[in-house]
Amino acid sequence: MKVEQISVFVENKSGRLSEVTRVLGNAGVNIRALSIADSSDFGILRIIVNDNDKAVEVLKANDFTVSKTEVVAIEVPDSPGGLASILDILEREGLNVEYMYAFVERSSNNALIVFRFDENDRAIQVLTSNGITIVNGSNVYSL
Amino acid sequence: MIWNEEFETLPREALEALQLKRLQATVERVYVNVPFYKKKFDEQGVTPADIKSLSDLQKLPFTVKNDLRDNYPFGLFSVPMSRVVRVHGSSGTTGKPIVVGYTKRDIDTWAELMARTLTCAGIHRGDIVHNAYGYGLFTGGLGAHYGAEKIGASVIPISGGNTKRQITIMKDFAPTAITCTPSYLLHLADVAKDMGFDPAVDFNIRAGCFGAEPWSEKMRDQLEKIFNLDAVDIYGLTEVIGPGVSSGCLEAKSGLHVFEDHFIPEIIDPETGEVLPDGEKGELVFTSITKEAFPVIRYRTRDITSLNPTPCVCGRTFKRMERITGRSDDMLIIRGVNVFPSQIESVLMDIEGIEPHYQLIVDREGTLDTLEVRVEVNEKIFSDEVKQLESLERKVTNDIKETIGTTCRCKLVEPKSIPRSEGKAQRVIDKRSI
Ligand SMILES: [Zn+2]
Repeated sequence: MKVEQISVFVENKSGRLSEVTRVLGNAGVNIRALSIADSSDFGILRIIVNDNDKAVEVLKANDFTVSKTEVVAIEVPDSPGGLASILDILEREGLNVEYMYAFVERSSNNALIVFRFDENDRAIQVLTSNGITIVNGSNVYSL
Repeated sequence: MIWNEEFETLPREALEALQLKRLQATVERVYVNVPFYKKKFDEQGVTPADIKSLSDLQKLPFTVKNDLRDNYPFGLFSVPMSRVVRVHGSSGTTGKPIVVGYTKRDIDTWAELMARTLTCAGIHRGDIVHNAYGYGLFTGGLGAHYGAEKIGASVIPISGGNTKRQITIMKDFAPTAITCTPSYLLHLADVAKDMGFDPAVDFNIRAGCFGAEPWSEKMRDQLEKIFNLDAVDIYGLTEVIGPGVSSGCLEAKSGLHVFEDHFIPEIIDPETGEVLPDGEKGELVFTSITKEAFPVIRYRTRDITSLNPTPCVCGRTFKRMERITGRSDDMLIIRGVNVFPSQIESVLMDIEGIEPHYQLIVDREGTLDTLEVRVEVNEKIFSDEVKQLESLERKVTNDIKETIGTTCRCKLVEPKSIPRSEGKAQRVIDKRSI
């Protein structure tokens, strides 16, 4: 039920982000979703790609520090209040969202949003029991 | 194991008698042969006849690096060039280089000292020594080379640089010992890992002599773990002879035995020049007492250390100098606080996961000095959450503030963005213009 995300450490200086995308592009790796969290000095680039092993391999070979994290991809109804209803459930259950970001592509007619919880497993259980659709990794990578 | 049992374990009384005899002969020779020393002794109102006991050494004037530069290239040689069989030098980052010379006997003395040093580190006949100190004007390469041949080890004279080839040779020739700077050993480890080797398992190295730059006890632990070897620190400087002035011993791994039958060490207050008692920290000063071509009298090394006269478990009777915390040249004064890069290194090594690749950037904003500590982010300390990395930055800053008392900023940087050295590491970039 979980999706593997790759995080990359990048210094805040020009050209580093495009270097990551260039390295991945040259290796034929496609980026499905992307977000950047940054401080004044550095940024953490979080990506979901179609080929995790390949991405990690080429990034490491180019001297980037990378790590893999498990995240949850959730279908959010593309209608007013769609996201709010999900956040309500999470709040009611006391589940903490560390961060979240959206996919460019859609899943059927719904928006697809990546969540990183402090308790991924419990979040999945709570959301599914509330009728929310969790998308499998294999489906996400091949979007 | 001790290479020269007779001299290295001389009872102190006999040693001091020998030192006095050799000191008197050296002072006599430089007074007669080197106009520079005669002039300085005369100015001080001291003659060779005034040296009646070892404490009379204090009557003699100091020699400093600038004296060597002023007499460039051969002005301080104490023998005619026809007796000099080799010269070495150090380029230095500023000003003219310094040049030193060796007679045939000096080369033998040096080989003896390096034979002792290698033996101190547990290296013997039958060992294969990967000698990655630079060969050339720099004393490291040839110094270690002659010592290794003297003990009957097999030497691979690889010198510095071309690191990938060094790794291949380490794998194929299976050296059992290595000599290089500690920062170069780290670099070798990185390159080896990139090439798919685990240095602890894939190489056969079990002993090493490391020196030519200040390094910390924590760094020793790391190097020993990475390569699964015993690391002994060695000390020397071109002006005195090169490597082989003092050496740590495998048995104690605590302090470096000064080869006192060839060099008399003193610790002085760097401000006043006053000689300090054993145990007190100050500037290290050497007088050579057996060298022919290039004797030095009370040479100020700029290195900060102390002398420990307590007997050592290894049986050597020579005093031990404490691991060098830094050259007084390396000492940074940041907002009035004295900081040695090795102190910061110790703090960093204490933090789980941080690798010994760091750089210190000193600058000035307005009238205020700033210190930036750059640390590379590896997989062990990386997190996908900004707050985790920020809390690591805070930990570095706080730990440095607590142990050293100086405020700094920690900057996390990408792996391999700090330049790797093939010789001495450049740990400090001082951008202040004074
Ligand atoms: Zn000892």
